[in-house]
Amino acid sequence: MATFIAIVISAVLTNNFITHQTYGICPFLGVSKKTSSAVGMGVAVTLVMTLATAITYPIYEYVMVPLGIDFLEIIVFIFIIASLVQMIEKIIEKLSPTLYNAMGIYLPLITTNCAVLGVCELVIGSNTASLLDGAAMNMGWAVLYALFAGLGFTLVMIIMSGMREKLNCTKVAKSLAGFPISMITASFICMAFTVFSYIA
Amino acid sequence: MKNRYGKITLDGIIFNNPTFVLVLGTCPTLGLISSASSALGMGLTVVVVLTLSNIIISALRKIIPNEVRIPSYIVIIATLVTLARMILAKLLPELYDSLGGFLALIVVNCIILGRAEAFANKHTVLESAVDGVSNGIGFTCALTIMGIICEFLGKGSLFGTQIMNFKIAVLATPAGAFIIFGLSIAVFTYVLNLFMRSRRIRTNRIARENLLDSKTVDAQPVKEA
Repeated sequence: MATFIAIVISAVLTNNFITHQTYGICPFLGVSKKTSSAVGMGVAVTLVMTLATAITYPIYEYVMVPLGIDFLEIIVFIFIIASLVQMIEKIIEKLSPTLYNAMGIYLPLITTNCAVLGVCELVIGSNTASLLDGAAMNMGWAVLYALFAGLGFTLVMIIMSGMREKLNCTKVAKSLAGFPISMITASFICMAFTVFSYIA
Repeated sequence: MKNRYGKITLDGIIFNNPTFVLVLGTCPTLGLISSASSALGMGLTVVVVLTLSNIIISALRKIIPNEVRIPSYIVIIATLVTLARMILAKLLPELYDSLGGFLALIVVNCIILGRAEAFANKHTVLESAVDGVSNGIGFTCALTIMGIICEFLGKGSLFGTQIMNFKIAVLATPAGAFIIFGLSIAVFTYVLNLFMRSRRIRTNRIARENLLDSKTVDAQPVKEA
């Protein structure tokens, strides 16, 4: 239970993917103009992160390490992620056209999202004890960590999209318009999130 | 001939700078500019990977079928990154540690796939190599400049050596990286726009003078005749 709480707090608040690790900034800046699209992107990223970790972690731990080919992790992981994204896209298209219309356009972008490859690399890394409050990493914790890291990503996406919707109503200096002002807005969110590091 | 390579170089470093103008590869930028040396290390790693991937993809551009080009590019890039990672872990373990997870994430760096898709699969090997080097240098310069600013103001040091005691600690965190990155883009766009405007005015003036000259030149023989 203590490990579960540690994972939730660490993945969502104190080690948030966007505000602390700066993974997945491209969709964070690119798809956060409207709250509806931010939610769609966040849910899609969370889904792919969780499934990708659920597939890559056992493959790394039970196939690649015993065979001594763990140095191929990047090539194997990126291939698994790319085919997984393609498969999810096809499945959603068949099962639920409405969901596909809402989420479909974000799925192809996710292959090159650092957050997905980042979480797969993070849970097999050498520094996993700090993520889990000292507990040993296993399959269940890895998937749970990916799930909550995705939810933390969605949370920050939604906050950012709300701020950008307000920002549309204000006048911004010409050279600051566009990316610069979004980044300065993002930096305020980061500052707010640094407060959570006092929880630990 | 020479002019073409000059144009590719200038485009990569300034006019289409991958960091400031196209805003690609933001994750490693924001994650690593709190330290100038890791920013420089990241930049140089990207130069090597980008140049090699551009050369290989451009050399194979007639062999790779169009339908499976993206997976092929990803395999080529992932192989190069795996090699770069092994070499860095052996030769420069300090840099390897400071780059952390971002080393593996070069695979999903939009700059490399972007150059492969936008440039290398349409141009010759030599042009692609020049493009890779210049885009990589553009990325490295941007990262190093922001890294120096962030590290100097945020930690009071330059490339790891302590210079002053005054520091604004927030600038060494991701929040500060976002601010510095945003302001750098703003300043770069402002200066670039000023430069473009003055260049446009100058070319217009030269064109007008040429036009006037040619008119007088044209006019004179008529008079003499």
